[in-house]
Amino acid sequence: MKSFLSILTVVAALIAFWYAACVPMNIHEAAIQAQRAGVDVTPAEAPERRKTGRISLALQNTGLWSTVFTQERPQLPAPHQVAQEFWKTTWGMIERGRAFSKRSLILHGWITLSATLLGFAFGTALGIVLAVSIVHSRAMDMSVMPWIIASQTVPILAIAPMIVVVLAALSVDDIVAKGVISMYLSFFPVVVGMVKGLRSPDAMQMDQMKTWNATRTETLWKLRLPSSAPYLFASLKVGVAASLIGAVVAELSLSSNGGLGARLLAGSYYGQTVQIWSALFAAAALAAVLVWAIGVAQKITLKRMGFAQ
Amino acid sequence: MMAWVFGSLVFWLAAWALNARLSRLSATWVRFFVPTLFGVTVIVVWEGMVRGFGVNPVLLPAPSAIAATFVGEIPTLWGDLVQTFFKGALSGYVIGCTAGVLTAIAVDRSPFLQRGLLPVGNFVAALPIVGMAPILVMWFGFGWQSKAAVVVVMVFFPMLVNAVEGLQASESMQRDLMRTYAATPGQGLRKLRLPAAMPFIFNGLKICTTLALIGAIVAEFFGSPIKGMGFRISTEVGRLALDMVWAEIVVAAIVGSAFYGAVALAERVVTFWHPSQRG
Amino acid sequence: MNNETTTQAAPPKAVVEAKGLDLTFQTKDSPVQALKDVNLTIDQGDFVSFIGPSGCGKTTFLRCIAALEQPTGGSLTVNGMTPDEARRNRAYGYVFQAAGLYPWRTIAKNIKLPLEIMGYSRTDQDERVKKVLQLVDLEGFGGKFPWQLSGGMQQRASIARALAFDADILLMDEPFGALDEIVRDHLNEQLLKLWARTDKTIAFVTHSIPEAVYLSTKIVVMSPRPGRITDVIESPLPKERPLDIRDTPEFLEVAHRVREGLRAGHAYDD
Repeated sequence: MKSFLSILTVVAALIAFWYAACVPMNIHEAAIQAQRAGVDVTPAEAPERRKTGRISLALQNTGLWSTVFTQERPQLPAPHQVAQEFWKTTWGMIERGRAFSKRSLILHGWITLSATLLGFAFGTALGIVLAVSIVHSRAMDMSVMPWIIASQTVPILAIAPMIVVVLAALSVDDIVAKGVISMYLSFFPVVVGMVKGLRSPDAMQMDQMKTWNATRTETLWKLRLPSSAPYLFASLKVGVAASLIGAVVAELSLSSNGGLGARLLAGSYYGQTVQIWSALFAAAALAAVLVWAIGVAQKITLKRMGFAQ
Repeated sequence: MMAWVFGSLVFWLAAWALNARLSRLSATWVRFFVPTLFGVTVIVVWEGMVRGFGVNPVLLPAPSAIAATFVGEIPTLWGDLVQTFFKGALSGYVIGCTAGVLTAIAVDRSPFLQRGLLPVGNFVAALPIVGMAPILVMWFGFGWQSKAAVVVVMVFFPMLVNAVEGLQASESMQRDLMRTYAATPGQGLRKLRLPAAMPFIFNGLKICTTLALIGAIVAEFFGSPIKGMGFRISTEVGRLALDMVWAEIVVAAIVGSAFYGAVALAERVVTFWHPSQRG
Repeated sequence: MNNETTTQAAPPKAVVEAKGLDLTFQTKDSPVQALKDVNLTIDQGDFVSFIGPSGCGKTTFLRCIAALEQPTGGSLTVNGMTPDEARRNRAYGYVFQAAGLYPWRTIAKNIKLPLEIMGYSRTDQDERVKKVLQLVDLEGFGGKFPWQLSGGMQQRASIARALAFDADILLMDEPFGALDEIVRDHLNEQLLKLWARTDKTIAFVTHSIPEAVYLSTKIVVMSPRPGRITDVIESPLPKERPLDIRDTPEFLEVAHRVREGLRAGHAYDD
């Protein structure tokens, strides 16, 4: 309960800061529109106004402040504008029975989500398999592990456009292309985390297995895998967020077939800033839900396994 | 042509056998040799497959072609590097990380704010912030400043979270000791809490090196003057000149690892006392 | 007849005076009375041990003296001032259960930590470091880092740190608890020698009956629920004490009295 109030305060402060930032960000546009409507603006000449800084323009025209929150194409949409657009394209669409129309964020969200989950599932599976082989084979450990650790410093997302184009040229489905990128991004945290986790049982527990003459497979299933559960969940959280980012960035190059990234790109081409922001928020909301869902699974599983903290 | 395929497969098997035997030893040179041999094997097999099966260079260029392009285009690659890394990523990194640490220190005196800031910060750090790139390009223009802005936004929250955790890391016993010396909060910060926070701060700094480079490159997908690594990648992909794209990726890999390595080296020097550095 | 030369012992100066001291902690379930009606005077030059089972309030009392806890009732003065004023006057040195040395500072720099905070000059700092390293028998280790020293040596460094500045009072909270018995014996001996040389007033919390009896001039036996003083024993043992004194009948008698006090306070009950 204590932290709830703190979180609320911080979020409220951020929203207040956002509203305050709308004023200098949108003041130039507000001045143009006000002048068209015949209202006095300081300075009155457009060229002079263009040279005026945002903050000083805002301070010189306090009467215009209320108009910055309701512009059609604001530089910085106000929180309520984003919320309204978000609502319109999600719940509003459902109400009108057009949940999957081209404008609906639900459709786009679903497109992105399916690619994310596909990539995430494969990335996790591959990651676990590789981790198990690394832990059991010194050759794998010494040859592959350094590359995996090193690759974490490489900006993998930079390859996204290339992979997308190559796979498209091979007539591979869009969702697979995005899924490949997502898989690649979620694979690394899972490998690193699982290797740590599979190696986490201490020497004492391993010795105990030896005294029972357990085979390596038995040790894997009965000791190593259960011990790695907390590490796995931590990696899954990082992995799912990375998968989502991968899918969104991939969509930026594949904009023709929908998805939140495509919406983002479309918004930036047509100057529809509110659309950009609401797509961004949809992606953020999706990320939050996915991480939260894993968190719930984590809590339940770890509690049943006695890892409860 | 199949000779290439067979040759590379033979090489692979031989290298694998060699690595399998070498991995039983634990000499230091072995620890460097084995992954290097593995990497070389990958390149050899790649070259063999591409040449042997006559893979379309538009889809997957051979390593030799990439190397040739790399050497031939060094001026362009360097110009792109300066634009993306030194101007965009590095400046954003410095500004964002400094802001994160300063904010953490500012919030340090208020446990109330800290309790709110940590969860919010963790949450924001997991979001696809890179999606803000088009917005920031709209605000700051096409130049390197917008890329730096993207990096600042991407780097700020992870750095903030790590710095806040670091400042909380000093044990209550050591803070009590400071109280018995009647130390001022400033003295406590300088002599205890900041040094104790360094392992966490460096953890954040290392994570942020990757984020910075990614942010700068991806931001350039959205609009850039005619140079920059992201710009080059997206345009060359459009022209299907994939060897140039791979050359840029090689540069990105080298720079990424070097950047991370530099920060890790600094970490060794500053946090020499931490168990993780003592081995 | 030289009556004038008959020296009359100066009346003992009270360094710590607790009267009717109460401390109740408000916890989530129910309030816990850590200290109830504690009355105690510690005089200048005393070596007072506090002994009792967990939860009897001995550490809490020590922390009250150090102004690390606030009593909820009664009065407590240190050197005639409130504990917090005494703290701000840097009247005492505190030694915790763990050495708590900063791993990023050498031993010498660790000892300089309070000196830096309190504003001693550089030359003064160096002198004091040299002096206290000698006192705790760690000469030559000033340039080492804490992790290069054994547990016993780290604790000695922690004591040196508490002695470096001019505080007449030394508050020690189970400083040797984490060490093995042989090292403990050695450090006990050294602590007594140190006390004799520096003439400080020492308040010492411990779990170990032999340690309490060996070190102190006064033993305070405490019991829990609520934390209170069960017995205050003025030790009849002489000030000069070799380790062998622990096998003498006088020693065993005092130890017996301590045990009786603990039993009376239900320390041995389930």
